[in-house]
Amino acid sequence: MSHAATASDVKGLSHPLGVNNAKLCMWLFLCSEVMFFAGLIGSYIVLRLGSLTWPTPGEILNIPLTGVNTFILICSSVTMVKAFAWAHMGNQTKIKRHLFLTFLFGVIFLSIQAIEYYKLYHHHGLHPSGNLYGTCFYILTGFHGCHVLGGVIAVFVLWIRSLLGHFTKGRHAPVELVGLYWHFVDLVWIILFTIVYLI
Amino acid sequence: MKSFMHKYVFSTDHKMIGLQFLFTAFLFMLFGGLLAMAIRWQLAWPGTKLPVLGVIMPETYNVIFTMHGTFMIFFVVIAIMVGAFANFTVPLLIGAHDMAFPKINMASYWLFFISCVIMLASFFAPGGAAATGWTAYAPVSVKAPMGQSLWLISLIVLGVSSILGSLNYLTTIVNLRAPGMHFFRMPMTVWAIFITAILVLLATPVLTAALAMLLLDRVLDTTFFLAGTGQPVLWQHVFWFYSHPAVYIMILPAMGIASDVLSVFSRKPLFGYHAMVYALSAIAGLGFIVWAHHMFATGLNPTLGTTFMVATMFIAVPTGVKIFNWLGTLWGGSIHFSSAMLNAIAFVSMFVIGGLSGVFLAAASLDIYLHDTYFVVAHIHYVLFGGSLFGIFAGIYYWYPKMFGRMMNEKLGKIHFWLTFVFYNLTFFPMHIIGIHGMPRRFYDYKQYEFLRGLEPLQLLISISAFALFICQLPFVYNFFVNLFVGKKAPNNPWQANTLEWTIPSPAPHLNYAKVPIVYRWPYEYSLPHAKEDWLAQDQP
Ligand code: HEM
Ligand SMILES: [Cu+2]
Repeated sequence: MSHAATASDVKGLSHPLGVNNAKLCMWLFLCSEVMFFAGLIGSYIVLRLGSLTWPTPGEILNIPLTGVNTFILICSSVTMVKAFAWAHMGNQTKIKRHLFLTFLFGVIFLSIQAIEYYKLYHHHGLHPSGNLYGTCFYILTGFHGCHVLGGVIAVFVLWIRSLLGHFTKGRHAPVELVGLYWHFVDLVWIILFTIVYLI
Repeated sequence: MKSFMHKYVFSTDHKMIGLQFLFTAFLFMLFGGLLAMAIRWQLAWPGTKLPVLGVIMPETYNVIFTMHGTFMIFFVVIAIMVGAFANFTVPLLIGAHDMAFPKINMASYWLFFISCVIMLASFFAPGGAAATGWTAYAPVSVKAPMGQSLWLISLIVLGVSSILGSLNYLTTIVNLRAPGMHFFRMPMTVWAIFITAILVLLATPVLTAALAMLLLDRVLDTTFFLAGTGQPVLWQHVFWFYSHPAVYIMILPAMGIASDVLSVFSRKPLFGYHAMVYALSAIAGLGFIVWAHHMFATGLNPTLGTTFMVATMFIAVPTGVKIFNWLGTLWGGSIHFSSAMLNAIAFVSMFVIGGLSGVFLAAASLDIYLHDTYFVVAHIHYVLFGGSLFGIFAGIYYWYPKMFGRMMNEKLGKIHFWLTFVFYNLTFFPMHIIGIHGMPRRFYDYKQYEFLRGLEPLQLLISISAFALFICQLPFVYNFFVNLFVGKKAPNNPWQANTLEWTIPSPAPHLNYAKVPIVYRWPYEYSLPHAKEDWLAQDQP
């Protein structure tokens, strides 16, 4: 067995993937989030395939409105990327501006979703209870909405911290971590928009 | 007072958190054990009066077996494997000062604690605690009384706790290994926990989604699992998608512990170290594609059933590799039959029996007959009691000196082992036989059925052995708790083992290592031909 010592042994081994603890933890956390949504989406697919009737796309849901909303969420990802890029360069004004924009887009997204829920519930009589379509629609988009809400709160905290000048060229890890999460939530939405609204 | 709270209650030290998990799990082991006694009482003498509880009613009986399974699986075996052992061993064995995120670690324990409280509180809910089995099959669970909702909430909280734990273990193992501790120099215990943590990370969220859907079905009247609009069988798919990997969560750490203990007490290198790692990974990977072997009786499409059957049987291959590696480790070794070793050997042999009955059950055509009989109960107890629990005992006897700085009494340990081993087999082996005779699991009163009346002698044998098995844990309890105070002081390295935790004082001090150790070799250098001693620690150049 070649298990004897070699010169390379005494070198430090920390961060073999080149990723620090916090970032690695965030990536792993996102893996578990992927599985959470995989459970929900998988169930949705099974339920829908097993169901005898299903409304056609656009019959109940307002696709153009949600299309706009999807666009807004994508914009928020762009501003998030920029916020991180500016943090990397240490440009204080631009970090603040882009974090605020991200926060704003997130809030708009949630507001439009709330309006959508309100209309569907009261004008179209689509309820989460009693019918499978409503069940799937509200719960899938609702769990996603909760994730957006969490992200919005996190971005808000980042924004406040940026106002206090917490992020400098060398120290802006939280921006990156929240950014990773935010992009993940955005990606999940694109999948949900496709399978719940468009197909 | 403040320092007491800091040291023992709101501790961020991985060792203390591990012990918190251990002691909480012990409490649940006692509760779960008492519930098992009630089950056996009812099956031995159906409908007769039990001391204290009185006559067990059918509804109560359902609560009892549900909570027995729930406690033992989620609050005992999983808690000890990925709460207690993973916490205690990982930083020590890789030469780290603590976990990567001590505060998240503390949060993980306190979420676990909250989940325990909710689960216990559910007994006082109107209609009593959950009574639909630990598997909570829909649609019964959708319409069950309120205790079911608390059951669901408790397990959701528990899931979050487990996920936080696994984030910590994975980050710690990847990033905090001491210099020289390459992946392929990690002790098998660490490897096993590493792979288990991946399973926890990827499987638990699916359970969380399933539990959330069921909870919504109950409180918001959604219709995921409701017959008619939704699909009750979908519950089984999502539940088993988690719970099959979960059975590996419960056994892989025991495999790691047994590997290390067998090697130390045979004074021989672990046979087939690399093969062991690959086999572990293969078992974990296959674990994600076999879940429907729990569902052969649901009217699964036969082609699909066959696929799941074949996939399940493939698991026997890496499992066989591991078993032969353990035998290879023992082969020709100078074996010390310490308490830890005896339990590790029992782990291997009993796990073989459990694995074989698993392969029986995996044969779809046979399973249609055996499903939901006592044969399945025999299987799960051979793998979970015979496998996981003997593994846990081995781990406790092995690391007790490092945990508490004192030695357990070997003589009592052996008495405990042999009594447990004998009564365990007397309790669970006959369950195979009554299962093949058609004795269903979860039946309140088998004597109502003509064709089962002949099983009475075996039922009595099982029940009496079960009571004896319970009593035989007393030597262990005594050994564990009394020696906390009066045990012989433990030296640094009582077993002459190679892994890093034995190079520091017992009990392991706060932050473990005064100086970061440097690792020069793998952990299995025993009986080296030219060395003075028959062992060489990992930090020796
Ligand atoms: C060689 C490996 C194994 C195979 C082939 C196997 C196969 C099976 C099958 C086919 C069933 C379904 C029986 C039925 O309900 O009709 C089953 C049930 C079960 N197995 Fe295994 N198994 C294996 C190892 C394990 C291990 C290692 C554990 C846990 C440590 C385990 C725990 C369980 C449990 C808890 C159940 C019962 C679930 C219930 O309550 O319905 N199995 N096994
Ligand atoms: Cu299984």
